[in-house]
Amino acid sequence: MNRYKSILCNGLITHNPTFVQLLGMCPTLAVTTSAINGLAMGLSTMVVLMFSNLFISLLRKFIPEQIRIAAYVVVIAGFVSAIDLLLQAFLPELSGTLGLYIPLIVVNCIIFARAESFASKNPPIDSMMDGIGMGFGFTLALTLIGLCREFLGNGSIFGINLFGQSFSMLIFIMPAGAFLTLGFLLAAVRKISFEKKQESKDEGGAR
Amino acid sequence: MDLLKVSTSPHVRGNRTTRTLMLDVIIALIPVFVWAIYIFGVRVITLTSLSVVSCILFEYLFQKLNHREITIGDFSAVLSGVLLAFNLPVSAPLWLCVIGAFFAIVVVKQLFGGLGKNFVNPVLAARVFLFISFPHQMTTYVAPLTYPQPWKISVDITSSATLLSQLKSGVLPENISFADLFLGRIGGCIGEISSLLLLIGGLYLIARRVISPLIPLSYLGTVALITFFLPKIESAVAWEFMLVELLTGGLFLAAFFMATDYVTSPSNPKGRVVYGVGCGVLTVFIRYYGGYPEGVSFAVLIMNLFVWYLDRYAKPVRFGGESRGKK
Repeated sequence: MNRYKSILCNGLITHNPTFVQLLGMCPTLAVTTSAINGLAMGLSTMVVLMFSNLFISLLRKFIPEQIRIAAYVVVIAGFVSAIDLLLQAFLPELSGTLGLYIPLIVVNCIIFARAESFASKNPPIDSMMDGIGMGFGFTLALTLIGLCREFLGNGSIFGINLFGQSFSMLIFIMPAGAFLTLGFLLAAVRKISFEKKQESKDEGGAR
Repeated sequence: MDLLKVSTSPHVRGNRTTRTLMLDVIIALIPVFVWAIYIFGVRVITLTSLSVVSCILFEYLFQKLNHREITIGDFSAVLSGVLLAFNLPVSAPLWLCVIGAFFAIVVVKQLFGGLGKNFVNPVLAARVFLFISFPHQMTTYVAPLTYPQPWKISVDITSSATLLSQLKSGVLPENISFADLFLGRIGGCIGEISSLLLLIGGLYLIARRVISPLIPLSYLGTVALITFFLPKIESAVAWEFMLVELLTGGLFLAAFFMATDYVTSPSNPKGRVVYGVGCGVLTVFIRYYGGYPEGVSFAVLIMNLFVWYLDRYAKPVRFGGESRGKK
């Protein structure tokens, strides 16, 4: 049980795909104009990541080394198509705003990175947990960026307007704002993790 | 008696400091400030002082909170504050000043390491930030000599279209008074209206050897040449069109006071000329084809990013060093 917990934590915090590994920057910057968009994108990616990791891990003994990338693409594309169709059927509005970025999950580098470096070497359940952890970390990061951008750029949180009369710094909904927000959040995360490291070092020294 | 004095280099020291340089620039801007008060009223003082105070305060707070050396004594924050206010229309709400000061000082200047390490001009970056974020507030210009209230801004201020936005829509108005344009009896941002006084300030800085004449000359020259030979409005008289393009907008303010910022402009003659020409070309083409009527701040910001390359490309050969051709 402890092993699964550490795998989950690994994806969620210590190797957070967005804030630590800087993977999947395209959807991170493009769709996070609001918290809802970020959350939806993150969750879709998480579902795909979970299943693709599971199946790639199950198939890892049968996939020939030379054509493994092509095989991964087939597996991933299958799940992405399913998610895309599900969104179109049940959440057409959201599917409209996310648009092209849902099909683009196929070539999302987080999914490839996890398939290549984790799922192809580890047993199925571990791989699924890893997919959930990484996906959840990604969702968390995207929602956080979306929250900041929506709050600053539109004066609302999850679509609920906070100030009545609209107060907005338009730049945060534009692409430039995505880079600004991501930069600030990255800096903050690095500062916190750096201080954590210093602390643990100090403690180690005291012992 | 000691005939020989042994010491390590440097042996010759000037008495210039950052503070005296900044003070010179501020002195050069005083006539512009006085003129702006005459044209736009007391609100100019309110905005400028608020902007200066918030710039100093943000710099102080940031450095205090991060346990860094406090450098508000070098007057660079004061200058940033003045220039920031000069880049706002007089009808700008007061909080706009504070947001701009925060962006200029904290985000662009201090987060990158403070004075000397910012990769773009803080004031221009703040101006562009405000311009994109608050397009309405940043482009409401009052007509000259209609004095808005110093503290509150009434909703029904008479806004006037600037010449640049008229040019953007492809119309060169008839009977333009070039005297008004040159003296600055026009609408616009606080510090950009009077080309004459900006020119005087610029000449003062050149005479005091605070700035090199190369950047303003190549910048203004390029804009003049392109607008003379390739006027956008073909029916217009070429020299009239050129003069309007030269004398309106923030061109003079940027050419003399912002493109010449030490940190974000090349440090050698060749690089300076290329930089000035680049600013000029970009300014004209953004004005011609861009989405906004004014291209000066974007142009200078873009050229700021090339300064590193220009410094490397046009590196002067050291005295006694290897000649360029040999390698």
